[in-house]
Amino acid sequence: MTPRQRRMVWVGSVIAGVAVAAFLGLTAFQKNLLYFYTPTQVSNGEAPKGYPFRVGGLVVQGSVKRLEGVDVKFEVTDGGATVPVTYSGILPDLFREGQGIISIGQMNDQGLFVASEVLAKHDENYMPPEVGDALKKSGQMPVNYKDFQK
Amino acid sequence: MTAELGHIALIMAFLMALLQAGFPLAGAHQGVPVWMAVAKPAARAQFFFLLTAFVCLEFSFIQNDFSVTYVATNSNSSLPLYYRFAAVWGAHEGSMLLWATILGLWTCAVTLFSRSLSEEMLARVLGVMGLVSIGIQLFILLTSNPFERIVPAPPEGNDLNPLLQDFGMTIHPPMLYMGYVGLSVAFSFAIAALLGGSLDSAWARWSRPWTLVAWIFLTFGIVVGSWWAYYELGWGGWWFWDPVENASFMPWLVATALIHSLAVTEKRGAFKTWTVLLAIFAFSLSLLGTFLVRSGVLTSVHAFASDPARGLFILIFLVVVVGGSLTLYALRAPTVKDNAHYTLFSKENLLLVNNILLVVAAASVLLGTLYPLLLDALGLGKISVGPPYFTAVFAPVMAPIFLLAGLAPMVPWRQGDIKALVKRLAYLFEGSLVLGIVLVVVWLDRTDFATMAGLSMALWLAGTAGLTLYSRVKLRAGFLDGLRAQSPSVYGMTLAHTGAAVFLVGVVVSNHYSQEKTVKLAPGESVELGSFAFRFQGVKDVTGPNYRAKEGSFQVVKGDRVIAELHPQKRSYTVQRNTMTEAAISPGLLRDLYVALGEPLDKGAWSVRVYYKPFMRWVWLGGLFMMAGGALSVSDRRYRLLGKRAAAPEGAGAAVAG
Repeated sequence: MTPRQRRMVWVGSVIAGVAVAAFLGLTAFQKNLLYFYTPTQVSNGEAPKGYPFRVGGLVVQGSVKRLEGVDVKFEVTDGGATVPVTYSGILPDLFREGQGIISIGQMNDQGLFVASEVLAKHDENYMPPEVGDALKKSGQMPVNYKDFQK
Repeated sequence: MTAELGHIALIMAFLMALLQAGFPLAGAHQGVPVWMAVAKPAARAQFFFLLTAFVCLEFSFIQNDFSVTYVATNSNSSLPLYYRFAAVWGAHEGSMLLWATILGLWTCAVTLFSRSLSEEMLARVLGVMGLVSIGIQLFILLTSNPFERIVPAPPEGNDLNPLLQDFGMTIHPPMLYMGYVGLSVAFSFAIAALLGGSLDSAWARWSRPWTLVAWIFLTFGIVVGSWWAYYELGWGGWWFWDPVENASFMPWLVATALIHSLAVTEKRGAFKTWTVLLAIFAFSLSLLGTFLVRSGVLTSVHAFASDPARGLFILIFLVVVVGGSLTLYALRAPTVKDNAHYTLFSKENLLLVNNILLVVAAASVLLGTLYPLLLDALGLGKISVGPPYFTAVFAPVMAPIFLLAGLAPMVPWRQGDIKALVKRLAYLFEGSLVLGIVLVVVWLDRTDFATMAGLSMALWLAGTAGLTLYSRVKLRAGFLDGLRAQSPSVYGMTLAHTGAAVFLVGVVVSNHYSQEKTVKLAPGESVELGSFAFRFQGVKDVTGPNYRAKEGSFQVVKGDRVIAELHPQKRSYTVQRNTMTEAAISPGLLRDLYVALGEPLDKGAWSVRVYYKPFMRWVWLGGLFMMAGGALSVSDRRYRLLGKRAAAPEGAGAAVAG
């Protein structure tokens, strides 16, 4: 193989690789990006219908209700609006009322957020940054989250 | 007192790093032997001081010296001694010190095992490692000093995050860092070769064992991390495509490409510049990984901004390392000539294609990891990239890699004969394809395309690895003779490729045939999962050194036989008031049974999660095989023999023009 041919193979395979990767990447991106919405945005109807997204905020005091089996229902707030959430499964260890959480799921027709996943970080002082921002925007940032943004 | 001693030792180490970088690099440039001779003693002294600093921090933890801020935030007097020992690397500052100390260790190792290196090369390698040391230690001293005091000293510490109170914490970070930092040796060799203009196969031969050892540690670190996440997080998953995991996976992918590319450079004198580029990429990604994980950039872009000094330093350091080495590369690489001749269908080209694919895979992970950060920093919205992205992009890129990894060992250097090869491999190819499909249909009783493809690929990879070994052995008269004649690195490759096959089996089978159920169970009730029944027998209270726990008791029954007793716990740690789930696992070569307690519900009932995970262990077993393969290759005698020969003047002949 002459150096010229070799270079062509080189360049060709690099271009092909990058093209395939870019194509796969972009298609996968389109389908799998999860956007974050605050409860206020959700109640204003800004969140997508029939498409999964993330919603986060503080779990409203006294809102956690156990239903049949391992089903549970609770409300999430950013101080401005609240969103009712249902979840079937085991809540994370640090899930508590008043705690900042993020849940992933979709809105159903009754305006209920059906979560497929509920996340709370393993640190009692940790505030999901999105939730922190949302609370700050609505002026509801609780004082005990002093360590947020450490 | 201990903390101050540690601080002084750290400053001394920094001064030694300045010496180690300054004189040898200048000496190598000007040709002054006395200056170059500074490298060895300075490197050893630097390691001594780093070790002193590290021991001082260990001592502060063991003595419960809560007047040291870092100890106070990450330890507690009721924390068991062995966790206090590991708590040193439980957060940012200590991790950085561990990183620096391990760099000292690698540098010291280079001074010990470098008898075959020329004076000039050694001076340059140690000089570059000194430069890296300077950057890291400056970062520690200026922004992340672990020895800082707190006044007044709190009477009690804030305890170590319960998630980290585990055996995994004692070995995972040090092993991972051994891998990350070990890649700095390959990086330094590459930069030194660029500086000296001696980019020949001798350089690759020196660099190879070091890179392999680093790769072994990196593999081990990732395997342990994955196993730890599996049993500790209580979700039954072993890989989450979490940014922190990706940070360790990207350097691994590039390092895997690098060890293969080094082989080509050493044996055939080809891909010289590509190998150098890979060495630069691998270490840059290691640096990026270290910083991403420990600086808090990943959990929040805002945390980045909240400590501007730290963030800025990281950014500058990365720019200097990546930018500096790429500039040097751009200046020197064009003059390097590949003097190897090979055709389109040759081992060289197949390895090159796999190399590119591995880099593309790493790039796709990098994109998924950094894109959300970038978007957020630009104020374009908050997104997260989930596992579906990675599965969608990663699997198609990895598939050809596995196919080619089976093919390449069978193809000779320079020129392969496609027709002959097709004839030899046709049966194996068709066989693994058919067997993969049959296994899934008959034995696993499902028609799932991804699993069939995965199993076929694993069979193909293991089959070709075996066939390669067999065809080499067959060249000798006797079978035993043939086995004895093979070098350790041939066995190493066979074992490592088999390991990849084992890993692949574990991934596809456990992914597609795992079963899980989340149910509410009262004492005496049981839940069926496949052919197993999990009987819940109630909970009792237990007390640990720094936690209280509810311990559940489960019997796993198959038919009439009790095959396992499982005791998962729900712990609540007294100091941080954290709750932790400790899953109970009955491991097996063919299946894992896994129980995690959820929450207490009414009347003694609990929510409980049970899993059946077939072939789970194969995932980590595959990793261990790969490591063992790497270790075999390193043990090859030819590195030492050829190393000596290469030290002779004509061996270091310049392949770089001008």
